[in-house]
Amino acid sequence: MTGKRGSRAALIALACAVVMTTGCASRPHNPDDPLEGYNRAMFAFNDGVDRAVVKPVAQAYETAVPQLVRTGMGNVFGNIRDVWTGVNNLLQGKLEEGMSDVMRVAMNSTFGIFGLFDIASEAGLEKHNEDFGQTLAVWGVGEGPFIVLPFFGPSTLRDTTALPLDSFAYGRTAIDHVPTRNTVTAVRLVHLRAGLLRAERAMGEPSDKYAFVRDAWLQNRRYRVHDGNPPVDDLYEDFDEEVSGPRHLFDADAVADAALTKLEFAEVAAVTNDHSAMIEGMRR
Amino acid sequence: MKKILLILSLLLTPVFATATEPMAPDELVRALTDEVLEVLRTDDHLAQGETEPVVRAIEKLVLPHFNLRRMTALAVGRDWRDATPEQQERLVDAFYEMLVRTYSNALTEYRDQRVDFRPLRMSPDDRSVRVQTLIIQTGGAQPVAVDYMMGKTEGGWKAFDVVIAGVSLVTNYRSTFQREIRANGIEGLIKSLETNEIPVDTGTP
Repeated sequence: MTGKRGSRAALIALACAVVMTTGCASRPHNPDDPLEGYNRAMFAFNDGVDRAVVKPVAQAYETAVPQLVRTGMGNVFGNIRDVWTGVNNLLQGKLEEGMSDVMRVAMNSTFGIFGLFDIASEAGLEKHNEDFGQTLAVWGVGEGPFIVLPFFGPSTLRDTTALPLDSFAYGRTAIDHVPTRNTVTAVRLVHLRAGLLRAERAMGEPSDKYAFVRDAWLQNRRYRVHDGNPPVDDLYEDFDEEVSGPRHLFDADAVADAALTKLEFAEVAAVTNDHSAMIEGMRR
Repeated sequence: MKKILLILSLLLTPVFATATEPMAPDELVRALTDEVLEVLRTDDHLAQGETEPVVRAIEKLVLPHFNLRRMTALAVGRDWRDATPEQQERLVDAFYEMLVRTYSNALTEYRDQRVDFRPLRMSPDDRSVRVQTLIIQTGGAQPVAVDYMMGKTEGGWKAFDVVIAGVSLVTNYRSTFQREIRANGIEGLIKSLETNEIPVDTGTP
């Protein structure tokens, strides 16, 4: 029995491997996207689900529900989300932001009538965006490969591991009654999807939607992880510069940063070395 | 005496104006944003769903302050070096027209919005800076950060990228364009940009 199950698992793994390798072989390799073959297939599946079900529902929601109500709904969901954002800001050691989020929830839940009105933003308390995936990033967990999840859409390996906790936290902070919670989750998803309709209309239809969405998603994700200040990589290489070869605009900055990082590492190393030397000394 | 002073100052003004530094990048972005928002608010073509005249009006304001050649090179990536000067010229035109087609839809989507400016961090010898703005949305949505990457040129500061919520408008086309070039060459990319023919992406590898 176990042998049968085992061989079946091996077969599935093999099938996946075949899909992945054949998928990758046909296009230029993208270092962020080693699973491109599988990802494209899953993206197409999600896109199909979206076209058939989610998008029409979101469009209906956008036309049927007045703007004022949609704003109120958005504020309520946003208020619930702010709780988890605050927790994550605190987990990341950002006390000031975390306390500000706590204040936001307190204000919006009371004066804002259960979060219907976002008066905290009006009062100048900035809304943040944090989740456990970003906390893991701050704790030093690498992003891992880009993965398109069934139904959930674009993610990375790191964010996928954080996903169960993130969705648990959203559901948990909302309601305990399961059918109600499921309904709320569905409405929340429709609301989120409706919010993207405008951006989608503005974006148009790029020729390779998958690559376009992947790159945009990754850039936006890194931007969020770094709280709006992602490191500038070689995006802005000067392709017109032929005489002196490729030249990086931010060369000086990059060098300075690298030097600084090295210094920090050296310091850490020095401290740990001291520490181990001390322990060593105590043993003797 | 007063008259002479006036004439003198009139004569001297252009000299001083050319001698002074070009407009600072953040001041430039602020002035342009105000002008564009003014056009969007006052133009009544837009209310009738007509985007063309508004787009052309904005184009006249904004175009001199964009470095289109650099934008196109960034969008195309490495293959830019392999394009002939004539192809590069056509790429610039085709890419620009594609951007206009795509984003003129956005004008009607994003109208009555307030724009906040963040303080600029810049040292005098910087060749490129990031001017950060924040679009405050109506209806309780989270503000959207829009950053302008500005580079110093002989003709003053010019934008070479617009970064919306961390997503670079220009470099985000790179993967798509590279794929098109691998398949159909630079000519193929120019053609697909010019005709705006969208190859159907089945999603299958």
